[in-house]
Amino acid sequence: MQATSHAARTADLCLVGGGLVGLAVGLGLQRNGLKVTILDEGDIALRASRGNFGLVWVQGKGDTLPDYASITRHSARLWPQLAQRLQEGTGIDIELQQRGGLYLCLSEQELSARETLLLQMQQQVGDDYPFQRLDLKQVREFIPQAGPEVAGATWCPEDGHLNPLRLLRALTELFVRQGGQIQNSGRVSRITPLTRGFRLATPQGDWHCDKVVLSAGLGNRELAPQVGLSAPLIPNRGQVLITERVQPFLHYPTGHVRQTGEGTVQIGDSKEDVGFDSGTTTEVMAQIAARATRMFPLLRDLRMVRAWGALRIMTADGYPIYQASTQHPGAYLVTCHSGVTLGALHEGPVADWIATGDLNTNTNTNTNTNSYRFPLEAFHARRFEI
Amino acid sequence: MPGASKFERLACASNDWIQVMVEGQPVKVRPGDSAAAALLAAGQSAARTSAVSGDPRAPYCLMGICFECLLEIDGVPNVQGCMVQVADGMNIRRQQGAPVLNDSLAAGVPA
Repeated sequence: MQATSHAARTADLCLVGGGLVGLAVGLGLQRNGLKVTILDEGDIALRASRGNFGLVWVQGKGDTLPDYASITRHSARLWPQLAQRLQEGTGIDIELQQRGGLYLCLSEQELSARETLLLQMQQQVGDDYPFQRLDLKQVREFIPQAGPEVAGATWCPEDGHLNPLRLLRALTELFVRQGGQIQNSGRVSRITPLTRGFRLATPQGDWHCDKVVLSAGLGNRELAPQVGLSAPLIPNRGQVLITERVQPFLHYPTGHVRQTGEGTVQIGDSKEDVGFDSGTTTEVMAQIAARATRMFPLLRDLRMVRAWGALRIMTADGYPIYQASTQHPGAYLVTCHSGVTLGALHEGPVADWIATGDLNTNTNTNTNTNSYRFPLEAFHARRFEI
Repeated sequence: MPGASKFERLACASNDWIQVMVEGQPVKVRPGDSAAAALLAAGQSAARTSAVSGDPRAPYCLMGICFECLLEIDGVPNVQGCMVQVADGMNIRRQQGAPVLNDSLAAGVPA
């Protein structure tokens, strides 16, 4: 189809990038009454949202930045409500499960280092940071199939996982049902700040909007400087293996291996600095498989049916950037590595901050009303300036 | 076991027949056939039942992509039937749901 109209189309707010981050923020902005359009690059995009592992993971996150531990835990607490809204709004079950998770260690040394890290975090954030060191016998109370090489694990009751592809589909459907537009318009080539608002150039014509939110993953690198922001992002490759389906045996997610709702086993957690190459390598796949079979020897008999590589969107310290442009008010940057874990935060406090400027939100859970202050200042990109 | 297959065999170079077992019944097939084809020749349309819903699933692509023709072949579960050539005496069964992983390997520490 050819774009025939060259008159610029308008929106209250344009999100650049329609992955997990953009869609979650978009839903929260709709909740605030805004008319939102997502401009998505289309299938040529790197699409971290289609290659991730699906953990809603708390333990160990933010060991050098307590505010990161705080937003991670807050997002995990908000997830059940968002999952319920997605289910009610679309009929899609995103298979959210938050019964706790284990980080398995294959040596006493690794286990002790992990325990030390979590004890330090506990001291930093207060006594309510929940974790437990388990020996192999205790691990087997959770997962009887853990192998004899497992030294132990750290357990955190706040960890969980979900089905990331169902999540992407549910977010997309709800966003569209609520009147959101998704334009697979190709790459936004240029953002021009105007006296009022912004002009976004796409291969299918221009868009005018009052506010623009950059949620374009690694694409934020080029876009941020155009609106007075900076996104020093580094691609970091993770490779993932998928096995054939088997009867459920792994009833808790682990940091490296989880079983999906359909019975496939997903294995990952490799990290490579290889630029913008999202391929797979035999060497890394073999390493991933070898570690997984040491953890769970019964995986040896399983066939692999699929493998992929995907690029994480990393900053130098691994933490997100949430920032409003002071040079061009109305432009925002939202970029992070953990789009699944932080999804509920993006739909909640992050979207509320963009829509209203308010960092304080009240969340109503079934038991009580909690007020939460989103610690925005900690995620400013000034920390990367030398 | 339905007797008549909806699939008609085309004339081909091979005149040899070998015998395989499909769901416990003897079936005559050609040496170059795939296990999935043997299943269809036996008049079985469903190769497996879904691991999630239990619905019947039939061979679809017959070229190794769709994973709908999973069979239990000579006792090995979850085999892509379209990617395996028949052998004389091969024992082919439909894959019922997801197999249970055999966990004889986790031993080593008293539970």
